[in-house]
Amino acid sequence: MAETKRIFTFLLRFIAFCTTLSAVIIMISSRQRATVLVFSFEAKYSDTPAFKYFVIVNAIVSIYGFLVLFLPSKSLLWRLVVALDAVFTILLTSSISAALAIAYVGEKGNPIAGWLPICDQVTKYCNQVKGALIVGFISVVLYMLLFLYSLHTVLNPLLLEKS
Amino acid sequence: MALQSGEKLPMFIGHIWSKQKSRWTLLGLRLLAFLAAAAATLVMVLNKQTKTFVVATIGTTPVNLTLTAKFHHTPAFVFFAIANGLVSIHNLVMIMMDLLGSKLNYKGFQFPMIASLDMLNLALVSGGANAAAFMAELGKNGNSHARWDKICDKFGPYCDRGAGALIASFLALALMLLISFLSILNHKLVNSSSHNSHNNIIALPN
Repeated sequence: MAETKRIFTFLLRFIAFCTTLSAVIIMISSRQRATVLVFSFEAKYSDTPAFKYFVIVNAIVSIYGFLVLFLPSKSLLWRLVVALDAVFTILLTSSISAALAIAYVGEKGNPIAGWLPICDQVTKYCNQVKGALIVGFISVVLYMLLFLYSLHTVLNPLLLEKS
Repeated sequence: MALQSGEKLPMFIGHIWSKQKSRWTLLGLRLLAFLAAAAATLVMVLNKQTKTFVVATIGTTPVNLTLTAKFHHTPAFVFFAIANGLVSIHNLVMIMMDLLGSKLNYKGFQFPMIASLDMLNLALVSGGANAAAFMAELGKNGNSHARWDKICDKFGPYCDRGAGALIASFLALALMLLISFLSILNHKLVNSSSHNSHNNIIALPN
């Protein structure tokens, strides 16, 4: 029972690491050059601070996830892992919500502010950003699960043993 | 004998005193977090500004365009208002439960639920505050690559009130962080004598 739990959490952490890494890679590799009327511009992820924040946070979390995979199971650092899980899950949720807010404006525009949507001009860039956001959302869900699991284990080991 | 009782008594009193003091500290922090989140919600929901622009002049008659900036034009601000509303309700319920709920008794189940709910609401308020912060940055600086103009020079008071709501929300976020960790720490310290939880402290997630 403890073995299956350990393997299950290891697998979950590995998948979470993969999703954050792929979110970073997909977002970084999204760029497209488009010509509108006379001038041409290039759409990159680094034009928007929200996407830069998304990339930075996901990079930090994937480094953390990579290091945690190699932690031996009886070490005392697992207490730190619980606290760091909390911090990084919250950072992840904030980064995904910021990126989603800006991506929504990019797709639908904001008529009151006079902001036109840009998705129909740089379609490939837009689709790639959407893909990165979907993968980022999956990573948020996985990290939430991991965090709730470690919280539950640390808070109530007696309850865990009884059930 | 006298030395023994002299040693035991201050520790016992210190234990009770710190439990009462930490309970009132936690309650005070929850009240502050509730006020901050409620203030953020209210300021954002009531944020509205109408301004009339002169767009063109035909002959001698100016053509006016009236624009109203409301919070519900931007989904990020709607999410911000909903998240802060939920967090303030959560804090209110926790305060009520702390003050009035000592009759209800689900001892084993109560603490993990409080801790989990605290953490979930922390994640919620962080998401809401951050989304609104980046939208506000976009409104303040614009984005030259996407040809989006900044709007804060035209709708100054709207932007200022939004900034106030954001500050209140980040304050609520910091307080919720403090509250979550303090309540877990408090529970561990207070129950360390009665529950044999030196086992708890050594037990690891794996």
